[in-house]
Amino acid sequence: MTTVSQFEQTVPGGEIKGRSLWADAWARLRSNRAAVAGAIVLAIIGLASLFGPMLSPHDVGQVYRSYIKVPASTTAYPREAEIPDLLKTALRRSRADITSLDVDGDLVTLTLTAEREIDPRITRSVERNADFTNVQIIETSPDGLSLTMQMEVTRSYFLFGTDANGRDLLTRTLFGGRISLMIGLLATFVSLIIGVTYGATAGFIGGRVDSVMMRIVDVLYSIPFMFFVILLMVFFGRNIILMFVAVGAVEWLDMARIVRGQTLSIKRREFIEAAHACGVSTTAIIRRHIVPNTLGPVVVYMTLLVPKVILLESFLSFLGLGVQEPMTSWGVLISEGANNIVEAPWMLIFPATFLALTLFAFNFVGDGLRDALDPKDR
Amino acid sequence: MNAPLLSVRDLKVHFPIRVGGVLQGRYKQLKAVDGVSFDLMPGETLGIVGESGCGKSTMGRAVLQLIKPTQGQVIWLGQDLAKLGAKQMRAKRQDMQIIFQDPLACLNPRITVGDIIAEPLRTFHPDMTSAEAKSRVQKLMQQVGLHPNMINRYPHEFSGGQCQRIGIARAMIVEPRLIVCDEPVSALDVSIQAQIINLLRDLQQRFQLSLIFISHDLSVVRHISHRIMVVYLGKVMEVADRDALYTHPRHPYTKALISAVPLPDPDQERAKQRIVLSGDLPSPLNPPPGCVFASRCPIRTELCATTPPVLEERSTDHHAACHHSE
Repeated sequence: MTTVSQFEQTVPGGEIKGRSLWADAWARLRSNRAAVAGAIVLAIIGLASLFGPMLSPHDVGQVYRSYIKVPASTTAYPREAEIPDLLKTALRRSRADITSLDVDGDLVTLTLTAEREIDPRITRSVERNADFTNVQIIETSPDGLSLTMQMEVTRSYFLFGTDANGRDLLTRTLFGGRISLMIGLLATFVSLIIGVTYGATAGFIGGRVDSVMMRIVDVLYSIPFMFFVILLMVFFGRNIILMFVAVGAVEWLDMARIVRGQTLSIKRREFIEAAHACGVSTTAIIRRHIVPNTLGPVVVYMTLLVPKVILLESFLSFLGLGVQEPMTSWGVLISEGANNIVEAPWMLIFPATFLALTLFAFNFVGDGLRDALDPKDR
Repeated sequence: MNAPLLSVRDLKVHFPIRVGGVLQGRYKQLKAVDGVSFDLMPGETLGIVGESGCGKSTMGRAVLQLIKPTQGQVIWLGQDLAKLGAKQMRAKRQDMQIIFQDPLACLNPRITVGDIIAEPLRTFHPDMTSAEAKSRVQKLMQQVGLHPNMINRYPHEFSGGQCQRIGIARAMIVEPRLIVCDEPVSALDVSIQAQIINLLRDLQQRFQLSLIFISHDLSVVRHISHRIMVVYLGKVMEVADRDALYTHPRHPYTKALISAVPLPDPDQERAKQRIVLSGDLPSPLNPPPGCVFASRCPIRTELCATTPPVLEERSTDHHAACHHSE
């Protein structure tokens, strides 16, 4: 009497793969150009931050005393015109004068004269400057008053220039991105875990438990954030873990409220009642039925929370409460750049561009996700 | 007949409703179900009919303890369900399932149909291997008229009738002895309704199921039920065998309901005498002191306004709650 035979005729054999709501949303997201562009930018910045500092010839903490605050440039330092100055500085104490200087590519030939005999150990004072290597004496005059040296110049590229301590800004920007993104993602993840669990539990149990749990959230909300951070610093000293704790402890509150609201609307749906009727336990209902259905708004909020946290970290670092030397982050770099804005604007421009690009990209992805996950709102 | 599977005695479900202002508000009892008693035999179908808001669905959920009854007993094979703890009750749910009115809303949109149907299995037989569970799901899908190769699809990819079949499959998978059908066909169009009703009847015969079939559609209830209970404002008006109720309704409310059922023959339909009830359902917050139906009853008297009638047996297995029924 049922229509099994009909079904068998119309549907050929083999299991059919269903399209889940997630798969649908993914397809919609992929057709959103701004979101895809944002995702690509994020991927590039993320990969660059992750692997850039390893590939870079400069170490994050390496100081080039000779190149303090040199501007961004695609040609290598030192330039030919600067070599005499560099050598003069290196030979300042040797009381010898440079009589001839010949630069041929990376090879520098130098002739010195002095009133007294020149100590051949003079090569060491030249070598002490990291820019010159392989210093050799090729000719010494019989009286020892004149000496010809040959050496190689190490050429370094500073594409983003250097900072006030003579450190490569490109490496530092990428390294700062690593810290900023890590704080953004980790703090978001922490707030996601706490917020979703807390919100779903409060919303699902409801009644008095819900009231108490949400009043606790209200109380935590009322603590001023800066005050809270300064208090933490006073008690535990400055360290990077504290950043996660401080940011995570504040940001999960919003998440808990969002998830609780979602849960309240979902728990009255019939499929939850059906799960009750099937004897599913409360924790399993929350885990299997409530949480997956709240994740849409949560994912959107997450993509918007990451830039918020990055900005917050930048703000704290700007105030000097965040990441400490020799570690760095975009916030720290921007803060340093702002102090040197007149004489070294590249110190502000590059980290700020990276930060702004990341924030833009996250927001585009977040908008795309919102449209993809909730097509009804369009 | 043997012992009843389920006995409901004086079941009451009252909801506290806050009335009045913010500061001076107080709680009033909304009597959704008010003193209902019935027995259900194994393999029997009890139809419950009544208009919207009369407490039919609440009654069905209270029987399954999805809503805690305020008062009264729900005796399942000699054990009062209302007194069981949450854990013991959860174990009992294997024997009693529910089918919902809205076929799509009762399925979690994020999980596949196979997982939805297998959910009771995972709860009650956690040691069952997934391959075994899958083969059982596929077998049952076949039995309810769904092609087993759709096991990996999601609920939104199915039509209303198919979704209802999924709901039925989920209820059937643990081989329960009682299924509460809460208006399972009201959201479907007529051709699908017939399929679903026939499917339910078929499954009932095959598995010796008892059904509590809640509906506002008298023709559907007549088609599937052995006995029918007419409910008005949370109280039972009349209980009788299907044929007795349709041929000799004793309560004026039942008469009015039956007269409103359209007949397929236009000549008969035109000649039919309709009893039109005036007025609305009284508020369940303020039920009338006497007979709850008195405000709309065509044959009411002084007595009806003051004294509530009791449900009495008027002829063999035919109970009615009316002062004036013959």
